Amino acid sequence: MALLQITEPGQTTAPHEHRLAVGIDLGTTNSLVATVRSGMAVVLNDEHGRALLPSVVRYEGDGTVEVGYEAQAGQSIDPKNTIVSVKRFMGRGLKDIAHIESLPYEFVEGEGMVRLRTVQGVKSPVEVSADILRAMRVRAEGALGGQLTGAVITVPAYFDDAQRQATKDAARLAGFNVLRLLNEPTAAAIAYGLDNGAEGIYAVYDLGGGTFDISILRLSKGVFQVLSTGGDSALGGDDFDHRIFCWVIEQAKLKPVSPQDGRLLLTRAREAKEYLTTHAVAPISVRLGSGEYVDLTITTEIFTEITRTLVQKTLAPTRKALRDANLRPEDVKGVVMVGGATRMPQVQQAVAAFFGQEPLNNLDPDKVVALGAATQANLLAGNRAAGDDWLLLDVIPLSLGMETMGGLVEKVIPRNSTIPIARAQEFTTFKDGQTAMAIQVVQGERELVSDCRSLARFELRGIPPMVAGAARIRVTFQVDADGLLSVTAREQTTGHEARIEVKPSYGLSDDEIAAMLKDSFSHATEDAFRRALREAQVEAQRLLEAVQSALREDAALLSTLERAHVDTLVARLQAVMIGDDRRAIDDAMAALNKGTAEFAARRMNASVQKALSGKKVEELEK
Amino acid sequence: MTSFDLSFAKQDHFALFGLPRSFAVDRAELDRLYRDVQARVHPDKHAHMGDADRRIAMQWATQVNEAYQTLQNPLRRGRYLLELAGHDPRIETNTAMPAEFLMEQMEWREAVAEARAGGDADTLGELHQRLGKETRAQYEALAQAIDGAHDWTRAADIVRQLMFQEKLLTEIDEALEAVEA
Repeated sequence: MALLQITEPGQTTAPHEHRLAVGIDLGTTNSLVATVRSGMAVVLNDEHGRALLPSVVRYEGDGTVEVGYEAQAGQSIDPKNTIVSVKRFMGRGLKDIAHIESLPYEFVEGEGMVRLRTVQGVKSPVEVSADILRAMRVRAEGALGGQLTGAVITVPAYFDDAQRQATKDAARLAGFNVLRLLNEPTAAAIAYGLDNGAEGIYAVYDLGGGTFDISILRLSKGVFQVLSTGGDSALGGDDFDHRIFCWVIEQAKLKPVSPQDGRLLLTRAREAKEYLTTHAVAPISVRLGSGEYVDLTITTEIFTEITRTLVQKTLAPTRKALRDANLRPEDVKGVVMVGGATRMPQVQQAVAAFFGQEPLNNLDPDKVVALGAATQANLLAGNRAAGDDWLLLDVIPLSLGMETMGGLVEKVIPRNSTIPIARAQEFTTFKDGQTAMAIQVVQGERELVSDCRSLARFELRGIPPMVAGAARIRVTFQVDADGLLSVTAREQTTGHEARIEVKPSYGLSDDEIAAMLKDSFSHATEDAFRRALREAQVEAQRLLEAVQSALREDAALLSTLERAHVDTLVARLQAVMIGDDRRAIDDAMAALNKGTAEFAARRMNASVQKALSGKKVEELEK
Repeated sequence: MTSFDLSFAKQDHFALFGLPRSFAVDRAELDRLYRDVQARVHPDKHAHMGDADRRIAMQWATQVNEAYQTLQNPLRRGRYLLELAGHDPRIETNTAMPAEFLMEQMEWREAVAEARAGGDADTLGELHQRLGKETRAQYEALAQAIDGAHDWTRAADIVRQLMFQEKLLTEIDEALEAVEA
């Protein structure tokens, strides 16, 4: 069955104009932006025709911020202020970062997440990522000639809540309306599945610059159901470079190298790795700043040998993901390879041997994630073409739980649960007269709190004094479709409630983001006020279109009186949105949202009843 | 807060999919219904709509996932049916088990621990298969107790035993994982 139809102009079902939406692959080494044009997902190139934007940001003394190829030059001349592979630091503390000793940065232990001291001051990884995303936005808006409705940003499937939240914060900071955080392997499956009309069980093996993901999916009748996922959020192509780097140091008997020389050697190591993809031997010759001269030759055999453990390290999560899905390697119909690092021959061979079949490489492993993200962004923005209807059901990669007595973890939501999901668990007090309870939220598979990642800690206060064990505290975990968690605690006998969005302790608050946004706009050429107003108008337009299409389809669900009320709210929004009072637009939108909530609920009920009456979804779509 | 008409979503999990309340479930039919309903309520289908639609979509999709996960897993389905029938299996408090069953469990556990300590993946695989067969027989007995005899006391007993057995199966999986790593 053809899932993607290339529609002729004017053939789309929606009467409104095409909304501009992009998919962004925010990679460790490179980033890409893609969109759907005339029904085809395409990567947007820069003015020199290059698809990739190196994920490198250089902060210069004069306040200039360079991103991409321009910044890359700074790697050897100004390594301290040239941030590469910042994705590895997202939502991470100092102790989480591998090979920290060989990195040229001055790290500052921020609250939980590391910060980097640059000539432009202390930068959080969120801000550095936002600079990369801003460059992607400029490219996209330039290429598409208008303001974007929204973006889908991809994250490694194995990213935990802290890393996801940091990514979403970065996107918001860069001025994006985030339609969805999408798991990278799932994005690849979308690009792949839609291009090939695939059905059956597929594995997506995604070895990127800094992360490894494995996902097992079932593709059936337009539904992409992720069955399980696994990986290692600190293993990627960079580690292969590092192995060559260490090998060079050892072979050339180099003394500890300066940050400049270290960066230079890492660059040569990466070049050698890439050269070995198509050659049996690669030369490594470089004159170091110390005066030492390195002249070595590395063979495929040596490279395979020194990276064997890294390749093996990808197979353990692969086995586990299969077991979680109750499947064996032979059940898998195809293995999709994603990420530039899968070009390495020893990786291809190991995957082929494990699954007993040649992996699929017919889409560019560097672009496939961005293409899938663009396809999803197009759908979420409401640019659905006739027949182009599919659904994505993703999972949460790591179990979520709470600390109980003795530092043990009580799992509340197990890994690989389909999202969105909500689970509640009851706890009680352990002391007489206890009036407060600390709630520690953790993520991970281990039994001890100290072995899991702590996501948040909050207190439920005001519990009425009772004897130990009498209070009933219900803690509810809700994970949304982005895989982000919010937690509520409620004392059942009194209804006393405490609610938090699980912002990791080092996550940025909404106020902080607002302040940073304001700050960035004050430097920007565009007037912050105009931009904010235009964004509100775009959103108001979107809401009006949504309500009007709902009224066209389901007007019968409203009484005359109710209809009149909605019409009044619509008219009010229409009246204020042409003006320049942003506050009034926001208020009118809030009123319309509130005034149509009951209508939305009824429409959903009616829609589900149609599904249960046995009719196929396609027959009902007009 | 205004309460919306979510009565349909708040129905029991069987009614939500329009299925009869029984232990026997046509898995293919359940899968089809799940996909069809989720295809309508999932937040992705409402991402371009207003806040109200998106919030209701998330509530619905959450509920549909919960219902599907409960019904597609035979142990959870059995527990859920007991709950609906007002027969709380008292999992947490009622630990009374036939002595014979408990002895058996201890023997199983020893065998698993021994195989794990010895790094014996073959034995673990074999234990997994044997226990898998036993639990399948238990599920057949559960189906008979619920759908056939409507014997809730017996059903609760089987459910309690199955909880032990399923936990043991998971432990064997984990042991296999540890041995193979």
